[in-house]
Amino acid sequence: MKAMTILFSLDSNSLLNGAKSYESMIKNLVSEYNMSDVVEIIETGSFGFYGKGSVFQILPDDVYYIVNSTDELKEIFEEHVLKGRNVPKFLLDKEKLTLADISKLKETRIVLRNVGLIDPSSIEEYIGRDGYVALYKALKMKQTEIIDILKDSGLRGRGGAGFPTGLKWEMTLKSKNDRKYVLCNADEGEPGTFKDRLILEGDPHSVLEAMAIGGYAVGAQLGYIYIRGEYHNSIQKVQKAIDDAESAGLLGDHIFGSDFSFKISIRPGAGAYVVGDETALMESLEGKVGRPRLKPPYPTEYGLYGKPTLINNVETFANVPWIILNGSNAFKSYGTQRSKGTKVFSLIGNVNSKGVAELPLGSTLRELIYGFGGGIANGRNLKMVQTGGTAGTFVTPDKLDIPVDYESIKDGISLGSGAVLVIDDKNCAVDVAKKVARFYMHESCGKCTPCREGTRELYTLLDEISKGRGKTEYIERIKNLSQEIADTSFCGLGQSINMPILSLVDNFKDEFLGHIGASECPVGVCEFEKAKGKKQTVYKL
Amino acid sequence: MDKVQVLKERIREIESHQLEKGDMLLSALHATQELFDNSIPLEAAKAISDELDVKVERIYELATFYSMYSTKPRGKHLIRLCESLPCHVIEGPKITKKLKEILNVDFGQTTKDGLFTLETTSCLGICGVGPVMMIDDETYGNLTPEKIESIVQKYRGEES
Repeated sequence: MKAMTILFSLDSNSLLNGAKSYESMIKNLVSEYNMSDVVEIIETGSFGFYGKGSVFQILPDDVYYIVNSTDELKEIFEEHVLKGRNVPKFLLDKEKLTLADISKLKETRIVLRNVGLIDPSSIEEYIGRDGYVALYKALKMKQTEIIDILKDSGLRGRGGAGFPTGLKWEMTLKSKNDRKYVLCNADEGEPGTFKDRLILEGDPHSVLEAMAIGGYAVGAQLGYIYIRGEYHNSIQKVQKAIDDAESAGLLGDHIFGSDFSFKISIRPGAGAYVVGDETALMESLEGKVGRPRLKPPYPTEYGLYGKPTLINNVETFANVPWIILNGSNAFKSYGTQRSKGTKVFSLIGNVNSKGVAELPLGSTLRELIYGFGGGIANGRNLKMVQTGGTAGTFVTPDKLDIPVDYESIKDGISLGSGAVLVIDDKNCAVDVAKKVARFYMHESCGKCTPCREGTRELYTLLDEISKGRGKTEYIERIKNLSQEIADTSFCGLGQSINMPILSLVDNFKDEFLGHIGASECPVGVCEFEKAKGKKQTVYKL
Repeated sequence: MDKVQVLKERIREIESHQLEKGDMLLSALHATQELFDNSIPLEAAKAISDELDVKVERIYELATFYSMYSTKPRGKHLIRLCESLPCHVIEGPKITKKLKEILNVDFGQTTKDGLFTLETTSCLGICGVGPVMMIDDETYGNLTPEKIESIVQKYRGEES
């Protein structure tokens, strides 16, 4: 071990803050000063927060710096690395970032146990943190023993639907077939969610290890990871991890000298939100258009190529090795009565510090937004928070203290993918609703009529209101229409549209009404247009 | 060697990674776009159809369903601007306005010099540094109107 270690976070978010160029600069400085024997520079995953600039950590001093220019970096190098003095003006004040100390103490890293600590491209570092020990342990167990641990742990799907993971594994094991698959859903498309990307880029082996455990537990020999086509960085990093694991004999034939063989392959997506639906994803992987299938039969019985398939989200898988190693009781000690473990939240929008935080289920929005996020950006006021992704609900500031878990939907808070979008008072509810409707209209796959036609109609109504051409009765129509689309659509995409739309209209009805018969948008966001010659058709329902 | 021949060879290489029928089809389409100006023309669709034994109609169904594909020729560089709500609430519309202004095109259009096609994309999962966009495989974050100008200028500069 060298005397000093500098950790550079090189996940996709940090790369965009210039982390790579700062890293190479400091590498050059270290060799220039002949300090390569005493200073180690390590690339790692995300530290979990993104300020305005590039963040790195110096150990053993345990300080974080944030820099915005090469001059600043040089100064830190000269002061801290050469002379051992802190440079306060660039120090990242962790206390300031995490205003509430309680929240800081609450961060519990199960899924992100290695992210930001190890070099994700090094299988040795993963192994050094007990990597692949869970797989070794699992291969000595009976299939049902593994499943019993998962069932007892209470782990539920982290992709949004929340299906009990152990039960899914059990159902796949019980489906008799000589060919089965394990599928990892890495088609992370829920707007505002970037946890899967962070896991894939910060700790890819944890997902591979879990898939292999899954393969053994359900009796599958082949695994696929379906990664979004846009996630170039993730695809490269996971491919490297697969190659390394195969060379080390941790994937492939006769893993750990056992009879169990398991291969993993990546398949890229091509841009379709609906493919996040598990059956649509299978269609897409088979080389077809990604339209969802009728359920039942469920994938555990009739999945990829018609064979029993175990499909889990990236975050769900990343929990598994930890649970196998530490036991179900350790896992159950986190969370609430009915929702066990942690959740990786993506905190975004008008907040001082965006990023991800892994908190026990049952944490509150206040802890997240004011604890981790450091409050609302630019001194504005909080207007609303969208929880769970675009398909989630909008909540008003009076709901900040409700524990967020799988049950909190009864209070109007979606857990969903864990996205928490903070929206301040310079945003307009109608404009936000229009954006949501546009998203649905664009992403509707066209398979069923309610979603294909309904989302378009919904967008038209909102567009009319946002241009100052709305009528009072449109508001009722928007509510009825979104409920009808939700009630009659084929898959989860259309079925979820009532969540964001109704919560917006109900919470901000006055603001919607304020757009009608007015001369300008009450918030000053929407651009009103006079009715032009070409008349928009709004169908009567 | 003409492009179709190059494509056929590339597809044969891709097919060698096939584990189940059809599972490399999307990858083949991605490779096609790299060769044919970010698009999938008929001649390429026919070549894929021959090599992978799928109907041309199926290729077109895929090419028109997935938003990363196009049957229409596109510019040399593909600009994909995130239009999701998380980027929208943090000054996203200003970026949209600026991009349209300096490229002098609307979404879905290609600049006169054929250098850029401007498109929107769904969330890119780098919301920590929004607003964001992709140009080809490269991502750009913390966008401001000024930054947009210098990024576009950089690509234009590479041409002259």
